[in-house]
Amino acid sequence: MAYFTQQLINAITLGAIYGLIAIGYTMVYGIIGMINFAHGEVFMIGAFISLIGFMICAMLGIGSGAVAIILVLLVAMTFTAIYGWAIERTAYRPLRGSFKLAPLISAIGVSILLQNYVQLAQGARPKPGGHVVEGGFNLFSADGFDVRVTWLQIVIVVVTVVLMAGFSWLIAATPLGRQQRACEQDMKMASLLGVNVDRTISLTFVMGAALAAVAGAMFLMYYGIIDFFIGFLAGIKAFTAAVLGGIGSLPGAMLGGLLIGLIEVFWAGYFSSEYKDVAVFAILVLVLIFRPTGLLGKPEIEKV
Amino acid sequence: MLEVREVATFYGAIQALHGVDLDVAAGEIVTLIGANGAGKSTLLMTICGSPRARTGSIRLEGQDITHLPTHEIVLRGVAQVPEGRRIFPRMSVYENLQMGAIVADPAHFQKDIERVFEMFPRLAERREQRGGTLSGGEQQMLAIGRALMSRPRLLLLDEPSLGLAPLIVRQIFEAIGRIAREEKVTIFLVEQNAYHALRLADRGYVLVNGRVRLSGTGRELLANPEIRSAYLEGGHE
Ligand SMILES: Nc1ncnc2c1ncn2[C@@H]1O[C@H](COP(=O)(O)OP(=O)(O)OP(=O)(O)O)[C@@H](O)[C@H]1O
Ligand SMILES: [Mg+2]
Repeated sequence: MAYFTQQLINAITLGAIYGLIAIGYTMVYGIIGMINFAHGEVFMIGAFISLIGFMICAMLGIGSGAVAIILVLLVAMTFTAIYGWAIERTAYRPLRGSFKLAPLISAIGVSILLQNYVQLAQGARPKPGGHVVEGGFNLFSADGFDVRVTWLQIVIVVVTVVLMAGFSWLIAATPLGRQQRACEQDMKMASLLGVNVDRTISLTFVMGAALAAVAGAMFLMYYGIIDFFIGFLAGIKAFTAAVLGGIGSLPGAMLGGLLIGLIEVFWAGYFSSEYKDVAVFAILVLVLIFRPTGLLGKPEIEKV
Repeated sequence: MLEVREVATFYGAIQALHGVDLDVAAGEIVTLIGANGAGKSTLLMTICGSPRARTGSIRLEGQDITHLPTHEIVLRGVAQVPEGRRIFPRMSVYENLQMGAIVADPAHFQKDIERVFEMFPRLAERREQRGGTLSGGEQQMLAIGRALMSRPRLLLLDEPSLGLAPLIVRQIFEAIGRIAREEKVTIFLVEQNAYHALRLADRGYVLVNGRVRLSGTGRELLANPEIRSAYLEGGHE
């Protein structure tokens, strides 16, 4: 029981990070029907910007962990959002309206470019950093096993829940979110009502990148070490989360993230940590075969 | 209000409009009739800049809008009730109407939505229902209401009576007449239902294979034997 609870806590933390990345995949797919394969790299960029941010905070002598985290999150969200915007502008928008595979190929190109760029700029060796929140407390002890919750885990889950709630509200209840959903459902009609479609698509990339930046910052703090390649695995897992939840669905991405966190952690905890990634990919394959619309995917039957 | 000059529109290599000329004066109801595939919908969409006219020009209230992006044309007072209605299926009736008001002054919103509900009481009853689950007639009412929410000066309607029962068709045409009279909106109406359209309209144009073939007052066109045989066969309504 204690062991189980411990795994559950770890899984929720990891699932929060995947969920934040998955939102970017699902929103972009929802609006332009494209899998942004460079999104994992956007997350990686977010982690590196956070790493630099924490170093600068340390240099400036900002002692408080909370202040440092808030500053780093804001800076990472801003700069990563600029990356997201620039990628859409330069690599995808010019290809809009050409054949369907073109932006996908372009995305893979962007992904390789960003990996190489970070490898050159930051070096290939893993970089440690982001150790700002230490400690935790024992939740309870049983069977000679301490169930521990770290303060960092609480920070990660709280920040994620707040961001997801805020973001869901933005999409469901603000004019901006309504325009975003309108573009998703009928882009041409949205433009006939005065929506600036190009701007709305840009904003979707910007929002997805900002959330990925938060995930990057938390990944850095959680593992304490990053390299230029982290975007690949985390990206595929978050993509799996988006597909599992139902690509295009916002609650689906959050649920999918949580489930992927659970599957990965419990697989590693009860079977073998060597095959935990394989377990996740097996899920991806199974979902694609048996339920391509995912758990919360939109039903296709709709009278229009 | 609207001047269309020598407009040619292409879909890839296929030419859909071959130099269309027509005018709509402020305050008029003008109708465009034509067979399937004549290019009627293409003309309405070209006025809104999607697809764009390859040659020719379109002027709105004296200003050239031929090369403006769609959302800026809309901002200048054009609203369209498009072919197939294009209601947002996963948005409520209320949200669809909110979408219509994007370019309008938010201060007018409450008044305008009450006006739409007064004109189409069925929409008021279904305010929270999802657009995709409305009946065809309700969707048409919503499409018209949504277009009105922007307070357009020029309203483009693409076959608003298509697929509706005669009673609903009459309601829709009545509403269009009211909109023209009471809201002082200029109306450009595409119809297959030539009888209703020509009776309502001040003037009409006939489009054949992407070219304007005939034009005249509604009464003249109704009396024209060529029109009677081609577009009014099978009686009224
Ligand atoms: N997206 C498109 N791609 C290619 N060709 C198109 C496209 N839309 C319309 N066309 C062609 O352009 C021509 C005019 O079509 P349009 O839809 O404007 O006709 P219409 O007069 O509105 O007909 P209907 O009464 O059936 O609605 C047709 O030959 C049609 O096949
Ligand atoms: Mg048509």
